[in-house]
Amino acid sequence: MTDTAIAAARFGPVTTTRGDSFAKSPDEVSPDEPAPEEKPERAREIVFQLSDVEVRYSGVTAVQDVSVDIAANEITALIGPSGCGKTTVLRSLNRMHDITPGAEVLGKVTYHGQDLYGPKVDPAEVRRRIGMVFQKPNPFPKSVYDNVAYGPRINGTKRGELNDIVEKALTQAALWDEVQGKLRKSALALSGGQQQRLCIARCLAVEPDVILMDEPCSALDPIATARIEDLMDELKNEYTIVIVTHNMQQAARVSDRTAFFTAEVDDAGHRRGRLIEYDVTETMFTHPSDPRTEGYITGRFG
Amino acid sequence: MATDAPALPNKLSKGPRQLGIVTDWGFRILALAAGLMVFVILALIAIYTTREALPWFREEGLGIFTDNWDPAHNDFGALGLIYGTMLVAGLAVLFSLPISIGIALFITDVAPQRFRRPFVYTVDLLAAIPSVVYGLWALLVLAEPLASLYESLSDATASIPILNTVFANPSASGKSFMTAGIIVAIMITPIITSITREVFATVPASQKEAALALGATRWEMIRGAVFPHSRSGMVAGTMIGLGRAMGETIAIALVIGASQRVSANILGPGDTLASVIANQFGEASGTHRAALIGCGVVLFAITIVISMGARALVTRADRRSAGA
Amino acid sequence: MTAPAVSLTQSTRKGRRELKNAIATTLFVASFVIALIPLTLIVVYVIRAGASVFSWAFLTDDLPFSNRREGGGMYPAIVGTLVITGTATAMAVPLGILGGIYLNEYGKKGIIAQVLRFLADVMTGVPSIVMGLFIYTIWVLPRKQAGLSGFAGALALGCLMLPIVIRTTEEILKVVPDELREGSYALGSRKAQAIRTVVMPHAAPGVISGALLGVARVAGETAPLLFTIGIVTSPNFNVFDGPNTALPQQIYINAATFGGFPAAQDRAWGAALALIGIVFLFTLVARIVTAIYTRRSAAV
Repeated sequence: MTDTAIAAARFGPVTTTRGDSFAKSPDEVSPDEPAPEEKPERAREIVFQLSDVEVRYSGVTAVQDVSVDIAANEITALIGPSGCGKTTVLRSLNRMHDITPGAEVLGKVTYHGQDLYGPKVDPAEVRRRIGMVFQKPNPFPKSVYDNVAYGPRINGTKRGELNDIVEKALTQAALWDEVQGKLRKSALALSGGQQQRLCIARCLAVEPDVILMDEPCSALDPIATARIEDLMDELKNEYTIVIVTHNMQQAARVSDRTAFFTAEVDDAGHRRGRLIEYDVTETMFTHPSDPRTEGYITGRFG
Repeated sequence: MATDAPALPNKLSKGPRQLGIVTDWGFRILALAAGLMVFVILALIAIYTTREALPWFREEGLGIFTDNWDPAHNDFGALGLIYGTMLVAGLAVLFSLPISIGIALFITDVAPQRFRRPFVYTVDLLAAIPSVVYGLWALLVLAEPLASLYESLSDATASIPILNTVFANPSASGKSFMTAGIIVAIMITPIITSITREVFATVPASQKEAALALGATRWEMIRGAVFPHSRSGMVAGTMIGLGRAMGETIAIALVIGASQRVSANILGPGDTLASVIANQFGEASGTHRAALIGCGVVLFAITIVISMGARALVTRADRRSAGA
Repeated sequence: MTAPAVSLTQSTRKGRRELKNAIATTLFVASFVIALIPLTLIVVYVIRAGASVFSWAFLTDDLPFSNRREGGGMYPAIVGTLVITGTATAMAVPLGILGGIYLNEYGKKGIIAQVLRFLADVMTGVPSIVMGLFIYTIWVLPRKQAGLSGFAGALALGCLMLPIVIRTTEEILKVVPDELREGSYALGSRKAQAIRTVVMPHAAPGVISGALLGVARVAGETAPLLFTIGIVTSPNFNVFDGPNTALPQQIYINAATFGGFPAAQDRAWGAALALIGIVFLFTLVARIVTAIYTRRSAAV
């Protein structure tokens, strides 16, 4: 049996959102056909470059040895068992650790070649360009309109332009049709899936460059999840997306590249996360290089 | 591609957003300054009142602690006032504490759940009544019946040693340490109740249920699960009530009579550090005024010590229940 | 043989335990009732005695020149109470809210914040007469006669209110979920912006309610006014210029100095009714605001 067939057996029907089958049945693969998805690599524009990044909370290392390149217009997934530092790494990409007392980011994180943590860098501007969607939808206790308009307003957009921006953002987030008549109603009256799409719209309204997503679907039902995965696929044409997910199948479905983390317990008993492997998603799920990756993917742990 | 910067690397250095950064920082300074006002005001209180009271300290020296308050003869020994303050506050806490704890237990463990909030609001109404209204009521309504009560009490204990000194000569008008103690007890009850109630509410339900599941009666559950957990909280509440009782001025001024001597007779007139200021300040000058301000300083010092002690206890109780 | 003996002992012991329990429960209920007695007595008496004096004239006439005489109204005192308390609120509430914001949003567990929290608690325990003496020494004395004014009283009341507003604001802000703040930062807001546009709007009802309760408490204070506002018999709307009077002060004067005269007593009850009316009104509004707030956040 070929590796792809093994993958098919283990995952069940794993498909991308476009319906392409990731793993063809054994009969369809012939040795002369080039392996699917193996196109010549187009030039990747690197958005983030992490080199030996380590994050500590109050002196205790939470994750270390992280070195990855994240490219534009791709969806990069960070996967791994709980407590291995995926969210910690994600939050270092938009300087959310500045807000956490006792958090330190060591190593180098560059954004389009510039040091993200450089002395002259304005963290608020960083977060405008590198947006974040959280695990539990957190709309403000305001109206739908005011939620989406919030970002542009605090960034100085004039009143007259807001209506168009709000409509565009809600359309991009595939929420416009559902809330069109209810813009002034409270955002908290929306369903969970709608609230999360609202948070995405809110994020899009400030026209970011990158969207970070921290387990965006873990609080949602499968249908809402599927809608957001479709959305991600559309959004990646215009934005760069980095997603943390607990759900391997989701990573396999949506992402172009995947980074696998795991946690080790050191001599002092502390849990420390570490990047194990980073590769094109299909390669990682079919020919993982590291036995630990294979162990996680095949369900042996995590 | 990002819609704002095609192909160009995004620059991150500060530019037109500088104003936002400055105002952000400015707001932080403003908020800090507002918080620091607390420190500034407390320091100023200490400095200015002590300064104005210096003539008294200088003239009397340690004589401020003698039992000799006689403005007519330029004597300002405040022992009687300190004694009065302690006595009235002590009486108030003595009367109020059992009632307050009873109310707190009633609300947390006896009353049905849905009545809790209205009961709490009702007891809090006691705190909303201004102290001058308490004093007015005590003076015009309570004093007379109390005076007859004191008569009977004094007569009844006339031949019992100790008690006949404590209940010696009842004041004819009812104005006395006892009356002041009673009215202040009513005034501090809502405070002690509120604090002990909150402390009782932090007892983990699991501990209470465990006691009840073992067959304990409600009273046994309270003794076994609620009280041990709440000890320092109750003491803290008591101290806070004590502090408030010591600081109470107007209600006491109206019903305590005006005698600045130490006396064991709690049915007779007296005075406290706070009420003597209210009653004598208007006409005072020179050393008399300095002495009155000095009484304020002494009172300030006492209440600060009690506040600090109460707070230390509350922090200890919090830390313990957090670790529990 | 042993079985009946055991059950006999058990039942007497249980009986005793039940008895103790019943006594305890009765005592608790009795405590609550005992607390209600003075509450009802006072409120009822003030309403009865005060209502008999209440009239439109009482609320709008000037005070009589001599407290021994009958007649006159509390208008100057009502004006004074509203104007002085209002000024104190205008000074203490913004400062108090800012201070509370500092403690919860900026200082948090830092050493400065810990010290300030401690000092604020100590300050809530300072007797109101000491505040009055303080303002007297620092503001009134240097200005001799001109120092007596509504503003001086407002300063004293403001000092009383400040620590209360600081602590209640901090407590309310503590309850605002961090996810709201993070959501705001993630969109590129600065800290002050986040506080102004997300945190404070969410906390507003609680903060307002806390401020109102502080106002209610301070409106009834007498001692801080005794040496700071002087006395007048006609209304003074200008807090900064000249002496003033207030309801608590009038109650005190009519009760203490002139308590023997029935006219003065009547006036005192009337003023007490007016004062309780104002204080209870603020307390009620504060409770309503809190109720709307809790219902709003619970419904979602």
